[in-house]
Amino acid sequence: MAAYIARRIGQALLVIWLAYTLVFLAVQLLPNDPVTIFLSADAAADPATIAAMKAQYGYDQPLLVQYFSQLAGLFTGDFGYSLASGQPVAERIGAVVGSTLVLASSAFVTAVLFAVLLVAAATLARHAWLKRLIINLPPLFAAVPVFWLGLVLLQVLSIQLGVMSLFPDGSFASIAVPVLVLAIHVSAPIAQVLLKSVDNVYTQPFVDVLRAKGASPSWIFFRHVLKNAAAPAMTISGITVGTLLAGSVITETVFARAGLGQVVLQAVTAQDVALVQGLVLLTATAFVVVNLAVDLLYPLLDPRILKSGTHGAPRALVA
Amino acid sequence: MSIKLEEPLTRAAVVAPFDVEVIAAPKKEARALRSPMFWLTCAPLVMVLGWALFPSLFSGFDPISGVPAEKFQAPGAGHWFGTDHLGRDVFSRVVHGTSQTLLTAGLAVSIGLVVGTGLGLIAATAGRAADAVTMRLIDVLLAVPGFLISLIIVTAFAPGPISLGVGVGIASIASFARVVRSEVLRVRSLDYVEAAFMNGGTYWSVVFKHILPNSCGPVLALLAVDLGVAILAISGLGFLGFGSPPPTPEWGLLIAEGRQYLASAWWLTTLPGVVIVAVVILLAGLGRQLHKIFRL
Repeated sequence: MAAYIARRIGQALLVIWLAYTLVFLAVQLLPNDPVTIFLSADAAADPATIAAMKAQYGYDQPLLVQYFSQLAGLFTGDFGYSLASGQPVAERIGAVVGSTLVLASSAFVTAVLFAVLLVAAATLARHAWLKRLIINLPPLFAAVPVFWLGLVLLQVLSIQLGVMSLFPDGSFASIAVPVLVLAIHVSAPIAQVLLKSVDNVYTQPFVDVLRAKGASPSWIFFRHVLKNAAAPAMTISGITVGTLLAGSVITETVFARAGLGQVVLQAVTAQDVALVQGLVLLTATAFVVVNLAVDLLYPLLDPRILKSGTHGAPRALVA
Repeated sequence: MSIKLEEPLTRAAVVAPFDVEVIAAPKKEARALRSPMFWLTCAPLVMVLGWALFPSLFSGFDPISGVPAEKFQAPGAGHWFGTDHLGRDVFSRVVHGTSQTLLTAGLAVSIGLVVGTGLGLIAATAGRAADAVTMRLIDVLLAVPGFLISLIIVTAFAPGPISLGVGVGIASIASFARVVRSEVLRVRSLDYVEAAFMNGGTYWSVVFKHILPNSCGPVLALLAVDLGVAILAISGLGFLGFGSPPPTPEWGLLIAEGRQYLASAWWLTTLPGVVIVAVVILLAGLGRQLHKIFRL
């Protein structure tokens, strides 16, 4: 177990380091440095201003110095400074990230619950047509653009029916509807993977044994099949962190909510490379940490993973 | 398209005449091509391709300059999708926007396909060390959400369709690389690959004549699905304003423009979105059917 954990944490750190290095290299490959790109939005910036700003933000240092000082900064939570506002990137993001985290995490929980309900309904459906209908829902959800679904719901709920305000006012609907829009989109891949994995588990002999012993279909599904089918669905849930972030930014824009979405829009419009770089690193870190957590939860869910490396789950050394 | 795809399979059948599965493949493929579902999926997609190539054949209205007197008309027999605040026909704007959206998505998918196939091939054929390095690289690409990769590119090179396509394309490299790697690993353990090596084939000739053509099925299926994913990503980023500037009728931008008139003209946002949903669903369906045809 200790070896498994150490290996996973090592891999996670490696991925974060590689992500940082690649982003750093990509920024170096740009035709201009971040300061020049940022100032190019104004009319003909004066070279003295550019030089002064470069010195202020450390872009005049040799590349290796920049690389290591920024890398060291990451470990102390220093993600550099936003070019547009001069604020530390961490502060700028920290001020609004709470609202986005609330949206994203409630959407994530809703999406997982929704996916499980969908799969349960499809599996336990008595009629073949109903089952076919439910199975076709996730591909539909995956094809619906988040911004469009949000706008259509706004149109129907607040303009046609008047049950919700156009702008966030703290009412239940104005909180629940954005969460629902995001959750529907995120639930699609989870439901698709869970459906497939549940189908696989149903072909295993132990299910026949349970049936022969007289267990009811819902008992078999919730008590036995779901647990055995959960691992691949957990993997995909970890991977949806990226979708969740992109979806949050778009949902916030549609519903005029405060959050990371605003920062992203401002950073891109102002061509603030430093801020976008910070955003990317933070998200990559969040992604890696969530997936590390998923990997570490695996053995609790399915102790077999520590013994054998099959099942498409992470190959682990015997602890 | 069918002839080009059939060829490698028949060649495989000749090389390995005793492999029943490989011999059966062309027959099943032919059956799938005769299935009505396949054509029901393809026909509307071909029509959308027609929108992109010859937009004026499908709509007589001008997408850029409208008739101010006809502004905000609800959908009807004259204007199928209604008209916008300048009296422009929305259906015509959707049709004329197809080429912009498809070109950007096509650029994205080509980048994903070419670079992803290259990386997948290297990972699967160039030894264990190359595999480890490539797969870690792909892990990193997976760890940085595609959305953010697009944001970096768009920020650094100024918003526009090309930076959008490149960004979304880089984001799709990882999935292509993974599929190509697993498919090549499967194919290269087959008997005819060994036979090709024994007949004096070099690394490159075997890879390009035998391994690549025979692993193309699942890649083709992914291509269809990924085109849909790219269209979704591009319309989302276009909605945020990171794509083509306003007068261009791009699908995401169309919906973003209609957003201001949500209260008075529902059709400006709703109907272009229906087109996006339909195209993405059809592409996903095409991907599923291609998958069925090739993976037997």
